[in-house]
Order: sequence, then structure tokens, then C-alpha cells
Amino acid sequence: MTVRTAELLMALMMGLFSIYLMYKSAELPIGWIDEEGPGGGLWPFWLSTIMLISCGGILFNWVRKKGAIATSNRVYIESHVLGDVLAVAIALIITVALFSFIGIYGALPLFLIFYVRFMGKHSWKLTATLAILIPVVIFYFFEITLKIILPKGITEPLFLPLYKIFL
Amino acid sequence: MLETIQLLMQGFVVVFEPQNLLLIIAGCTLGLFIGAMPGLGSVNGVAILLPLTFLVPPTGAIIFLAAIYYGAMYGGAISSIMLGIPGASTAVATTFDGRPLAKQGMADKALIGAAVASFVGGSISVVLFTFFAPPLAHVALVFGAPEEFALMMLAFATFVGLGGDDIFKTLFSICIGLVLSAVGFDIISGEPRLVLWDITGFLHGINFLVLAIGVYGIGEMLWTVEEHALGGGKSMLSDATVTVKRTMAALRELLKTWKATVMGSFLGYFVGILPAAGATPGSLMAYGIAKQMSSEPEKFGNGAIEGVCAPEAANNAASTGSMLPMLTLGIPGSPTTAILLGGMVIWGLEPGPRLFVDHSEFVWGLIASLYAANLFTLLINIAFIPVFIKVLKTPFTILAPIIFTLCLIGGYAPTQDMHDVWLMIVFGIVGYLMRKLDYPLAPAVLAIVLGPLAEPALRQSLIISEGSFMIFFNRAYAGPIMVAALLLLFLPLFKKVYDRMRAAKPAAE
Repeated sequence: MTVRTAELLMALMMGLFSIYLMYKSAELPIGWIDEEGPGGGLWPFWLSTIMLISCGGILFNWVRKKGAIATSNRVYIESHVLGDVLAVAIALIITVALFSFIGIYGALPLFLIFYVRFMGKHSWKLTATLAILIPVVIFYFFEITLKIILPKGITEPLFLPLYKIFL
Repeated sequence: MLETIQLLMQGFVVVFEPQNLLLIIAGCTLGLFIGAMPGLGSVNGVAILLPLTFLVPPTGAIIFLAAIYYGAMYGGAISSIMLGIPGASTAVATTFDGRPLAKQGMADKALIGAAVASFVGGSISVVLFTFFAPPLAHVALVFGAPEEFALMMLAFATFVGLGGDDIFKTLFSICIGLVLSAVGFDIISGEPRLVLWDITGFLHGINFLVLAIGVYGIGEMLWTVEEHALGGGKSMLSDATVTVKRTMAALRELLKTWKATVMGSFLGYFVGILPAAGATPGSLMAYGIAKQMSSEPEKFGNGAIEGVCAPEAANNAASTGSMLPMLTLGIPGSPTTAILLGGMVIWGLEPGPRLFVDHSEFVWGLIASLYAANLFTLLINIAFIPVFIKVLKTPFTILAPIIFTLCLIGGYAPTQDMHDVWLMIVFGIVGYLMRKLDYPLAPAVLAIVLGPLAEPALRQSLIISEGSFMIFFNRAYAGPIMVAALLLLFLPLFKKVYDRMRAAKPAAE
């Protein structure tokens, strides 16, 4: 996909999103209410309208072939780079999905092992050190010091003794 | 004047509390590291680390974050000089002469020059700040809702008029930030509003940190993953020899650069005050002027030490400058200060000129901490130059997962809702894709912070005026501000018409 094609797709998508936002804003009054002032939907409605107009402007420039992006025939994301970017993005999504099931202390070490060992090709020794050390530091800092309970999923029972000690 | 000095002294009392002193030193060191890492700058550091500050009271928190801001401005120079890759966009101008110096085996001279110039820039600007801020806040005390709204319009208009990005993309970015900030509840009628796709997670609104960490954490890191893969993962690190003798010689030589450094400091400070301008254009302008001022302009680009000093003084001065409108008017002067402002709201402080009256300890503690942070950063920087050079050797594949981890938890911590973590990932990926198409994202971050303040200001103004927009034009302060905002907004259009007329003239003759 070229940059020019990506520009078109992004402007179209954002245009649709603007229309959706206008529609959602209009669920509240978008005009003047007597004795009360502007309705609750007025502000987001007109802002979404400007968003839509801006998308129109971007599309207009695309059609006229104006500007560096609208005329660029470079590849949007180079194929030999795409693999790395996709791998990281997908790993992040899987990690967040796992937060709710096996908890942050199950998912984070997996993410760290994936990144340090398989993306970075570092030694198993370093990988293991980081995969254990970072979650421990996080537990200490967030749960014990800041008292912010992070999602644990099915691993919750394992933490009950720790809560008893620290909280 | 005397009162200002007295208040500043009270600020120093706050700064010298052991906990705050430790926070400054920790902040400076962290900032230096973050700044030194290629790709990461002050805004990324402040966004990713803000959730950690829930631990300490607001004064400590802002002192810590301001120290990171400062440290990162110094640190940016390190990778500009050693790798030839700017540590952040604010240090781009430093590569022009810093890199040639490093290649000639004088990396230590460039690094010391950058550090000292940063210190001078920081010092001059913080003195200016100390004496500009109280009168400005005093004037702003009479500001009502119409003035506040006009000021915010002015802040957004600077992005359109001076930002230099595509006008439509800038407008889009501003508006999407404002709309996202309107998600949740309508503050006046109390009705649920913009609950997108009826997902209940949107009922509590969109915390600005979710967007900020999404864009500046996840998005920025994806960008860096790509850059890293493009570069084949290798970069050229210069050698630096640091000895006491060479350091003294370098310091002596710096005396010659005082003109460029002082010019950069003043320029950076005033450019920094403008929301769309800030440290990057400030340092580029300082570089250009230093070259014009120089008696040997041909040396620029081939390793002129003035070419390192002027932009480094300017970017530090700009970071102080950008705090002026944030603290006195409640309008951030840069994306980083936008995040600081959002932090103030989380800590329960109401931004604006009342801060000087109601939270004098907070304000003066922050100002005094800038003096201290400036000094500490200089000392830490010069003492540990070899350590920071080592940091640059840390493989990206070790730093990246650590930063991603901090982002994920930072996205969860403020609201403790998995919905926000998902939203952050979406913002990160979409932000990355948009950035590749030159959509400016700083206006969106500024807008999501200012949105919850702008909307009530607009609605209250309209209620006062019974629906007439003239209220923004017929008041003593709001009028000129609004006119300036409109002029800036239409500046690109004026320019276009002017260019076309000029182009048409020779053809007609």
C-alpha cells in the first residue's frame, strides 16, 4: 500500500467516525434551550462537524494531488519492517487480553520472554532475570506502595497470602 | 519585587525538604536517561511516569515531573552528539554541529558545551520566569469565563497559524481531542453523553493520560520499533575521552560562546511561551541566528561549538517558558506542560491564576525547584557523562519491553479499568498510523486536557450573554485575545492569498 492510498483510507475512516460522533452528540439537544443556555450536545456536535469538514479538506487535497503525503508513492509500511511492527502490536494485544485471564503476573513475564528472547535474541539468563525482576518491582511499587490492585484473573488466590503480609 | 523574592525563598524552603530534594535528583537523573535514549523526549517521559507520582503530594509530584522535563532537555543532546540521532525532536539542531565535533574526536567538548549552555539557558529563563509570572497571574485574576475561552482559542489558533503542519490535519487533531474530552457526562445537565457504541467503559469519560500514554508511549515506541528495524538495529557510537584537563580546556573555550548562548536563552524563552512553537522551533531559530551573528559562519555545520550552545540554551529556556502560561493562565505552552496541567487536575488543583493565591506553596515550590533542578542536572550530567554514553549502548530490545510494561500499567493505574488499557492500545496504534501520515498529535493531547475547561467556559459565557458571541469581542481583555486568535487562525489563508497575488503580478506586467 502506498502512502497516498493510506492517506485516502485514513481520511475516509476518520470522516465516517466524525459522522458517527455527530450522530452520537445529537442524542442530546444541540441547540439553545430557553432559560438554560446551550444544550449538552452543542459543543461536541459542532466540533465533530469541523472534524468532518477537515476530512473533506484532506480528501479535496488528495483529489487535487496537493502536498507531500497526498502525492507520495512510497510504501506506507515497508514489508521488511512490517513484520516487526505487527509482531509487537499483536504481542501487546495478546498481553492485554491475557491480563483478565491469567492476570498481570502471568501475562507480563510471557510478554517479556517474547520480547527479550525472541525479538531481541538475548540469552536465556538475561531473559529470565528480566521476566522475574520486572514483575516483582511492579508488584512492590504499585500494589504495596501505591495500593493499586492490578488485575490477577485466575491467579488471584495465589496472592491472598501476599496481601495478608503487605496490605 | 521584594515580595517575589520573599515568596521565592519560601519556595526554597519547600525544595530543601529532604523528600523533595530526593525527588529532584531522581527526576533529573531519570530525565537525563530518558532524554539520552534516541526517540524518547520529555513528553514521553512525563506521560509514562506520571502515574508513578500518585505516591507523593502534588508539590512533590510536580517537582519530580518538572525535573524530568529539565533533565530530558539536557539529555537530548547526548544522543544527538554521540549517535547523530536526536534524543528528541527538541535536540535536532544540536546534531548539526554536535555530530561533526564528535566525529573530529571532540565529543567531550560538544557534550560539555551542551551542558553548560543548557545551564545558562535554564538559569536566564528561570529568572525571567520568576519575575514575569506573578504580574501575569495578577492580571489574569480578573479573567472570567469569556477571557478563559478566548485564551484557549488563542492556544489552539497558534497550532493552525504557526504549527506548520497541514491545516486540515491540525484542525482535525484539535477537534478530535476536544470531542474525546466531552465523552462521559454532560457536566451541566448531568446526562450521559457520547457513550460510544454504548460501551459502559466510556461513562467515566476518557482520561487524558489514556490518550497521552497511548500516543506518546505505545505510539512512539511502535514508531521507534519501525525506525530501529529500518536502521538494521545498528548505530554508530562515537568515542569520547573525558579527562579533567580536557574538560577545563573546553570550559575555557566556552567563554567565547557567551553571545550565542545568551541570545539562545532569551529567544528560547519567548518562543517557548507560545503553545505551538516551543523548544523545537526555538532551538532551530537560535541555531540560525547564531550562524548569522557569527564572524565565521562557514564553520557552522562543520563543528562550531556555538552551533551546539545556541540551540541547547534555547531548548532549555523554552521548557521553562512553556511553563509560564501553564502556571499563570492554565494554558499549557507545550505538550509536556499539557500533561503536567492534566496532572494538576488529577491532584485536585484547579489550574489558572488562582493557583498563585490559593496554592502559593505549590507554585513557589515548583519555581524554586527549577533553580535547583537546573543546577543538579548540570552537576549530574558533567559528572556522569561516561555513564550516559554507556546507556546509549543498552540494546533497544531490552529498553522497549520495559517501557511497554510501564505504559500498560500506567494506562491501568489512574482509573483501574481494563477498558482504558484497551483504549490506550487503540490510541497508540491509530496514533502511530496517523503520525506516519503527518497528522500532528500534540494538538489532540493539548485539546483533551483543555476540553473539560474550555466547554464550561464557553457555555458560561453564552449564558451570561444570552447566546450572543459578541461577549468574546466587547470585553477589555477577551476582545483583543479573540481577535489575535482569529488572525492566527486565518494567517495561513492570508499568506496564500498574498503569495498568489505576488505570483500573479509579474505575469500581469
